Formats: sequence, structure tokens, C-alpha cells
Amino acid sequence: MKKSVIFGALTVAGFAAGAAAAGTLDDVKARGKLNCGVTTGLVGFAAPDANGEWMGFDVGVCRAVAAAVLGDPSAVEFVPTTGKTRFTALASGEIDMLARNTTWTFSRDVDLKFTFVGVNYYDGQGFMVPKDLGVSSAKELDGATVCIQTGTTTELNLADFFRSNNISYEPVPIETNAEAQQQYLAGACDVYTTDASGLAATRATFEDPAGHVLLPEIISKEPLGPLVRHGDNEWGDVVRWSLNALVTAEELGVTSANIAEMAAGTNNPEVNRLLGTEGNLGEMLGLDAGWAKNAIMAGGNYGELFEGNIGESTPIGLARGLNAQWTDGGLIYSPPFR
Amino acid sequence: MSDIGFVRTEMLPEQAPPASAVGIIGWCRANLFSGVVNSIMTLLSLYAVYAVLSFFLPWVFSPTWNAGSLNECREILHAQGKEGHFAGACWGVIRERWIQLMFGFYPKELYWRPILTFALLFVAVIPVLFNMISRRMNWFLLALVVFLATLAFSGIMAWILMIVSGLGALYLAYTLVSVNKTDRAEQLAAGAKRLPNPLMFTAAFPFIFPWLLWGGSFWLPIGAALGFVLGYVAYTVLARSIGGLVGLIGGVVAAAVWWLFLVGGFASIAESILPLSIEAVQSRKFGGFMLSITIGVVAIVGSLPLGIVLALGRQSDLMIVKALCVGFIEFIRGVPLITLLFVASTLLNVFMPPGTNFDIILRVLIMVTLFAAAYMAEVVRGGLAALPTGQYEGADSLGLNYWQAQRLVIMPQALKISIPGIVSTFIGVFKDTTLVSIIGLLDPLGLSNAIRADANWNGVVWELYGFIALLFFVFCFSMSRYSMYLERKLQTGHK
Amino acid sequence: MTTLTDPPKESFQLSMLIYDTRYRSMTIQIVALIGFMLLIGMIISNTAQNLADLGKEPSFGFLMEPAGYDINQRLIEYTSQSTHLRAAFVGLLNTLLVAFMGCIAATILGVIIGVLRLSKNWLIAQLMSVYVEFFRNVPVLLWIVFTMAILIETLPAPRVFKGVETGSVVFTNRGIYVPEPLFARGLGDFSVFGAFDVSIDLLVILAVLFGGIYAARKVKLRADKTQEATGDRPTTWHIRLGLIVVPTVAVLFALGFYLGYPELKGFNFKGGTHMRNSLIALWLALSLYTAAFIAEIVRAGIMAISHGQTEAAAALGLRSNRIMSLVVLPQALRVIIPPLISNYLNLTKNSSLAIAVGYMDITGTLGGITLNQTGRELETLLLLMLCYLIISLSISAVMNWYNESVKLKER
Repeated sequence: MKKSVIFGALTVAGFAAGAAAAGTLDDVKARGKLNCGVTTGLVGFAAPDANGEWMGFDVGVCRAVAAAVLGDPSAVEFVPTTGKTRFTALASGEIDMLARNTTWTFSRDVDLKFTFVGVNYYDGQGFMVPKDLGVSSAKELDGATVCIQTGTTTELNLADFFRSNNISYEPVPIETNAEAQQQYLAGACDVYTTDASGLAATRATFEDPAGHVLLPEIISKEPLGPLVRHGDNEWGDVVRWSLNALVTAEELGVTSANIAEMAAGTNNPEVNRLLGTEGNLGEMLGLDAGWAKNAIMAGGNYGELFEGNIGESTPIGLARGLNAQWTDGGLIYSPPFR
Repeated sequence: MSDIGFVRTEMLPEQAPPASAVGIIGWCRANLFSGVVNSIMTLLSLYAVYAVLSFFLPWVFSPTWNAGSLNECREILHAQGKEGHFAGACWGVIRERWIQLMFGFYPKELYWRPILTFALLFVAVIPVLFNMISRRMNWFLLALVVFLATLAFSGIMAWILMIVSGLGALYLAYTLVSVNKTDRAEQLAAGAKRLPNPLMFTAAFPFIFPWLLWGGSFWLPIGAALGFVLGYVAYTVLARSIGGLVGLIGGVVAAAVWWLFLVGGFASIAESILPLSIEAVQSRKFGGFMLSITIGVVAIVGSLPLGIVLALGRQSDLMIVKALCVGFIEFIRGVPLITLLFVASTLLNVFMPPGTNFDIILRVLIMVTLFAAAYMAEVVRGGLAALPTGQYEGADSLGLNYWQAQRLVIMPQALKISIPGIVSTFIGVFKDTTLVSIIGLLDPLGLSNAIRADANWNGVVWELYGFIALLFFVFCFSMSRYSMYLERKLQTGHK
Repeated sequence: MTTLTDPPKESFQLSMLIYDTRYRSMTIQIVALIGFMLLIGMIISNTAQNLADLGKEPSFGFLMEPAGYDINQRLIEYTSQSTHLRAAFVGLLNTLLVAFMGCIAATILGVIIGVLRLSKNWLIAQLMSVYVEFFRNVPVLLWIVFTMAILIETLPAPRVFKGVETGSVVFTNRGIYVPEPLFARGLGDFSVFGAFDVSIDLLVILAVLFGGIYAARKVKLRADKTQEATGDRPTTWHIRLGLIVVPTVAVLFALGFYLGYPELKGFNFKGGTHMRNSLIALWLALSLYTAAFIAEIVRAGIMAISHGQTEAAAALGLRSNRIMSLVVLPQALRVIIPPLISNYLNLTKNSSLAIAVGYMDITGTLGGITLNQTGRELETLLLLMLCYLIISLSISAVMNWYNESVKLKER
């Protein structure tokens, strides 16, 4: 499994675990740490705080998986990746899973050979313009200068949108959200386009958030979710069901506040199966019985993660919208724990 | 007949020069207003300086040191009646994040390790860079640094180290104060024992450096060092019994086998007999300036031997060897570092045997070292070319063979001439480490993006860039001053 | 008489490969070659196996697929339906453009600053030292980001100009708009290999201009000859000027030359040539940064010329600007050129940092979006490196050739 090569004085500390083929779950357990790929910094989704602790919505997913597998939400090594390096890092086994607001697309699934285990945020590409520009629809943007964040599907969607509407534009590709925001605020672009969540998060930190509007057009579907390598289904199941456990917990009303009392046993069999007091779901996954309980306790259920990091009570202030539970008219839906 | 004379017989007393030619006025006239064009240029530049400073200084001096977020900064400035985008700097972000910009994610309780490492680095390069410092001074500095480091710890090992280094420092300080240079020279002439050469510590430092930064078992660097010993022993034994070249090849092979297959086993066996290890730190915890300096230092230290070999290869008469070296050097120098970093981040793992996996920082270290080696080779080649042919001929006429001539005659002189070039290569590599932010490593520039992804600091630009630029400037500027000083010193040495 | 005995016939022994200096170098080289081949072979086989494991067979076929993204600055025709190869080519042209502009600007700035650093005016000399030290000791990536931020924050947005009379050149934080040359009776374009178009107007104007310059040179040479033969120099400057200017102006007139001024329409200025912010920022930052290095080279070059040269020239009665141009600079040039070449190379390579400001050079297209969208790391990076290698090698070849031609012809 591991091929250790020692070069000179460089210590083994530099050598991460080996083969990309099979047995990621065993690797993670043996290592005692989960290597989780995140962005180099995106407001609300992943960013290090002053103490070097990573915070955010995507980070919460990593922590939940670490808690499910290792029982410790802090047993995660966060590996910052860029749009360019993320897939190589995952394919080469440098990271075990990628939770970096990555869009689930056909070619990434089939051609690049990754397994998307689910969707933790339903997003779509939107446009933000200053209010005083007087634009109310993206179709009025003929000849506008558009700031785009590169390294994503964004530039392709944009090219398609403007071509199909037969209007011209001037693309300004930018590497990071911070710089795009700077250009947009200074008026070097008329429009800023990226995922709608990113736009809302960015707008929330402006000096004058009310001076900017999001246009009604959402020009793409961007289901963002964690992904793992093809061909390691056991590991894929672990990540998939850790995410599903968070979603189901919200649906069943299991929160980090009441989980201790619910774990003692309830009269709802699905809660009991989820929390390991009934059945042997954990064993089937190759984890211990309390795996889902640990995952939920790491940062709360899906709703708590959402509210704590990007929800309406935070400066970012995203509404649940599509990301509400299916019972509330949203798309967040987990298969049953049975 | 009169003694009226029109010739003065005594000297007039010297008069003070006119006020317009001396003092501040004189200096100004000579240096600032010596002509119409000059005066205009002076006034223009004065105005330019004024314009820049009058814009810049009010911005810099803004009372936002304690702010906890960009909005708080805006409120503070608003309370002062300052509005707009350039109202004032928001220094709260630096207060909150400067430690992170320095050390990245290195564990807080282990900050002493990078600090100690870089203090020791300074001691280790002294004998190379300032060869006029006395041995006593150098060992004194080393003992002092170790002593200061041990103050922060308790435990039996720390106590022993503290006492040993403290006593050593005291003794050396005593000899430094009591025995002056000339007396010492006499003592030496009379046969007093010299202190060991501080270059010994410099040679040991490349093994201490990774151990302190990355941690882990102390037996690993020992094992790595043993590889050199093993290679040398194999070389001498084989060279004596069979021949020089076979010895050389044998030595290299022996060392390579040791490093590739045996070190790990040795280290774990030794560790199980006598555990000597400090907490291991993953290299992805490295960040900020610590990462930049680590990359810079590792690249330079690693590239020096590689660069010397490449330079010798390029100078050699052996056609194939020469072609390989030239090809390598020109290839590396012909492509931008960023493409090599892309290779490190996306391809290097693909080149390795299936299953091997380095982490990204190690891959970057390898690529940057190769990059620096090509430049280093050119610097060393410059040093070799600057040596008069007489030196080569002299070495030949003494009957030295190629390696002896290189080791005893050519290299010591060529490397000495190359030191300013090596320093400027180092500055270049150090500045280029900012490029790693493009492949997602959190060096200061990469961290500045991560910091701006914190909702509190979203929108901060100039403060972070300014702080980073200032630190780079201080570091590079002092290095380049040193290099210039060295150049001057070496120049006079040649006259 | 002594009889010459033949030296004993040597028989080749295997050990001679190591001990005999005649063969030893051969042995070493062959060993080195085999080692190198093994290394390359190992890398290739590893790569093949790893890629096969990932299910990615190396192939350059993706270059012919539609790129799907837009590029703002394109010197040749390009749409989002063009191929990846064409996108790479657009990027390559952008790289060459910024490198070329950067080298020229850096040289001019560098020479000025280098000379000013030796100025007798204390304040100016000090300011120039501060400039040089600041730019040399801060990473170029920071300067690029800085310059971009300054341009964005200080220049006005285009919407400020709404209803305002603008001059012929407009500075906005999206770039600078300058008037563009247009032709009312243009000759159109012709297509080269169907890949890109070349303006016939431009070719005609250039041809006429160079023809004029050539004729003017002929006139000057004849004047020189007359001067050498008779001592009198015929006044020819007006003929020479006329030869250059008149035909060019006539051609411009014939083509119906006029200037197209930028005008605010909708969100942006239309008309005129748009120099984008990203280009200007990259160009400025690279030239300012490299100029600091060139200034030091120029200063060192001038200082390397012994004072006696200047004094001797002064003793011959030359004026100070002629001393500079006839005596000092030609000599200093020999010292200056080799390091200058390596600075040009550095500038070209540093232009790959364009992605930091979103300038779509070849690293941004081929090594950026194309790599991201296709996931073909090996192929794109190989192509990318090859492009840079070719650029670097050609620059050094050209400059080395120039260096040879100005080199002091030694005995």
C-alpha cells in the first residue's frame, strides 16, 4: 500500500499516504487524519481564522466526515487547492475528498473520473450590478464589461449565455474573489458574475450592500458537492452517507443540542437507526455505531451548518431557497436510513 | 629712500569662504541648484515627494490598530470625520493576522522551533559570509543562541543543555574579553590549541534544519548524515584497493543504497533503542514568511552542490556530459518558474513510480531547487571563468589530478568570487517564492487572499500588500546591502 | 646506429576502460548517457502507467476542439467557438506583445534612471536610488498586483464620463482609449493560410515608408561621398525629409486616412484602440521592475568606462552630449549588453505572471483555462514550456548575434 522512499535528510513527514487505488477508508483510519481539499479562501465556505482554524460551510462537511470516520472533528488536514490543482490533488491521492464548491458536471464525473457523492449546496451562476446602473435584466447587458472568476465553469456558462442571446460583452478574467470584488467596486467592471451564493456573500461585506442588486437571471445549474475518486466505493459511501446523515438529522429534528438525549433512544426507529441505537448501519459502512452521531455533533445538522456559516443570521445572509429541506419546498433530500 | 613698500610682507589671515559656498547653502547650491535645469528638476522632485507623502502619511497614521473588522475601521474613521476609500488604513487586520502571516499554520506552542532554526541559520552562515569573525566569537554566538532557547523549557534535557551551553558561553565570553586578538595570535603561535572550525556546525546545519522544522526522530538526520560517512568510507577503501574512479562510483552507489533503502530501517531501530524525537509537523502547516524563507533556504542549500556539478559539467571536455548539463541549464532557464510550479503541482506525482506520493510543499521544494540549481550553475561558471588560467595550469603542474585540483585550488577561489552572485540568486529565489501562491500554497501573498475571505476583512487590500511588501523589502534590501559590501571587500582583496 | 625497436604492441584490456585516460572519458560519458536514458525511460514508463491508471491517454486531440471561452484581448480573429489551439495562439501573441512593449519601455526607463542616478543633483540621484532599491527588493508579483490595484482605484470609471466632453485620449479604470487609424478607402485584408488576416493598408504604408527611408539613406550616402571628395557638404536634409514624408502622406491621403475617436456608448467607450488595464498594469509593472535592474547595469556600464576616455574626448573638443554618444556609450554598450539580454529574458518569463491581473497570455489561455477545462495537464504544460523555451532561445540567439557584432574586435 505504501511505498516509502527516503531522499536524503528530508523526513518522512513530507510523505503522505500512498496508493490512489483502493482502501482510502483504511488509509484514513491508519493515518488518523482526513486530508480534505478546500478552497484557498471563499467567504462563508472556507477560510482560516486568526488562529489558523478553518471555518465555513464546506469545512463543516470535512469535519463531519472526519468525525464519522475517526470520531474527532478536528482530525482533518485542510489542503487549500486552486481551481487548477484541485482535481490533480484528488486524483493523485494527496487528498481523500474534495469539498471545494465544485460543480457536478457530466465531464467531471465521466471524463475526469470522480464520484460526486451528493450535493451540499444548490447554486447557479448569477449577475450582480450596481443599482444606479439601472439594469434590471441580464439581457440588457449588451457591451458591458463582465468580471469573471476563472478556473471554474463560470467562463463557459457566460460565453454560452451571451452567444445564445446574441449580445456582446467584454470578459475580464480574475483569479480570486477578493480581486474581482475590488475591480467591481471601483467600477472597472459593470457586472460581476459568479455563483449566486458567492455574489450574495460578497455583497454582504460591501460598505453599501443596498447599492447593488442581483439580476433575476440564473444562467446555469451549479450543484456543488463533495467528491471522491472513482473506483473506491466504500470510501464514496462513507462520505455520501455522512453528508446524508447531516441532511436526515435536520429532517428528523436531530440537532447538536438535543442529540445527546436522542441518542439515548427514542421511539422514532429512523432516528434510532441513524444514531446507532438500533440496527447496524455503522458496521455496514465499516465504522462504529456512533458514526452519524459524531458527524452531527461535529458542527450540527445540515440546517445548523447552513445557519452557522452562511445563513441569514450571519453577515453573509443567504436564504435557504433551493437549499431548504424537500419538506419545506427545497431540493435538499436524503435517501432513507434503512 | 623710504620704506614704503607696495609688496606685502606678511600673509593675510585666511578668510572664511563666502556664505554661499559653504554650509547648507553652499551644499544646496552645489548639489541642488547648480543650474537652471537642475533647479527646475529639484523643485519638481521636491513637489513629487511632497505630493506622495501628503497623500500617503495621513493614510498610514490612522488610529485603527484595535479594530476587529473592516466595518469597525470604517466606523472609527467615520467618527473622525474621514470618509471615502482612502480615508485611512485599517491596521486591525495586521494586528490580528501578523503572526499568521509570519508562521502560517505552524502549531502555536512550537513557534520556538522556526525561530531557533533561523537564529541557528544565522550562526551557521556567519563563517561563510563574514570570514573575519573569530572562531571564539562564532562558537560564543552558537552557545548563546542555544542557551537562550533552553530558557523557555523545563525538563532534564533542557536543564543539561542549558548548563552546558551557558557555561560554554560564559567561558567563551571570558576569553573574548580577557584575551585580545594579538595575544591570542601569540598563544596560537606558541602551540595553543585552536577551537574547532565553526564550519563544522555549518556542515551539520543542513541536517539540523529539516529536523527542527519538520520534527520527527533525530535518528533520521543522523542516518542521512551517516550516508555521507558511508559513501566516504566506501570511496577511500575502494580507491585505495582498486582505483579512484571505481572508488568514486562505489562511494556514490553505497550512499545512494543507504539513503534509498536502509535509512528508514536504521532510524526506526535506533528510535526503538533510544527514543529521541520531537513532535512531527506536517509540511502543509507551513505558511507565511516561514514558508518563503524555508523554500528559499532549502533551494539555495540544495542547489549549491547541484549547481557546482552542473557548472563543472558545462566546463568539461566530455561531450555527452557537457551536452546533458547545457541542456538542463538552458531548459530550466528558458521556462518561467510558474510553469515549473505547475509541473510540481500537477505532474510531478505522475512522473514518480505509481503509489509514491509527496506532499505539495516537498514537490515545490524539489522544483525550486532544480530551478535555483540552473541559475547557481551559471553563477559558479562565472566564478570559474573569472579565475586566471594560471591557476588551472599551476594546479596541473603540481601533478594534481582533476578532482584534487578542483577541491584544493579551483573551487575555493571560484566559490569565493561567486558569493555575491550566490547571494543575489538567493534574493531572486526568495522573491520568486511568492509565485507559490498561484498554485494554492499559503505563502504571505496566498494568505492575504485567505484573510480577505474572512467576512471581517473582506475588502482589505493595501494594508496587507503593504505589510508584505515591507517585510520582503527589509529582508531583500539587507541581503543586497550585504552582497554589495562583500563585493567591495572581495575587490580590494584582489588588488 | 641504433635500431629502433617497435614499442610493445598494446593489447586492449577491459581494465583500460577505467585506468587508461584515453578510454576513461569514453567510459564516463557512456555511463552518464546510460544513466540519463534510464532516468528518462523510468519517467516515461511511470508516466504512461500512472496516466493509464487514471484513464487519460496522452493525446493532443483536444487542441482541435472548440475552446468555449472568450478572450478579451485578441490580436487575431477569435470567438468562443474557435479551437483550443487558436486560443493558445492568441495567448502567445499577447505574451509576445507585452514582452516586446515591456523590453522597450524597460530599456528606455532603465537608461534614463541609470544616467540620472549619476546626476550631480543630489536630490535626483537619491530619489533614483530609492526607486531602484524599492523596485528591486520587492517581488515582481506584488508589483503587478499593486499596479493593477492603483490603476483600478485611482482612474475614473467610464460612467463618470456620461455627458462629459472627452478628449481624443480617455483614461478610465478599464484601460486607455486612444484614437485608432481608419481608412475610408481601405484595401481590405488578405488571409494568410486561412488562419489570420493581414491588413493590406498597413503593408502598403510600411512599404512606402521603408522605401522613402531607403531613398533618403541613398541621398545621404551620396552627400557623404561629395563631402569626402570636395569638402563641401550639399544641404540635403529637406530632400531627405521630403522623400520620407511626401510619399507616405500621399498614400495615407489616397487611402482616406482618418482617426476614429473613442465615444461613450452604453456601458463602454466604443471606437478607438482600447489598451486594457490588465495589459497596462502588466506592462508598467514589468517595465518598472526590470528598469530598476537595467538602471544598475547602465550605471555599472558607464562607470566602467575610465575617466580618461571622457577627458580625452573633451580634449578633442567634443561637446558633452557628443562625448556621451560617440565615446562613452559605444564602449559602455559592450559591458551593458550581455546582462541586458538576461534581463529581457527575465521580463519575458515574468510576463507569465499575467494571470495575477487577468491578462490572457499563453499561461492564461493554454496553461490556464484550457488546462482547467480539459484536464490535460501533461500535454498543455509540455506545449507551454516548449513555447517559452522557443521564445527564450530566440531572444538569446538574436541578442547574442548582436553582441557578437558590436564586440570589441581584439587583436
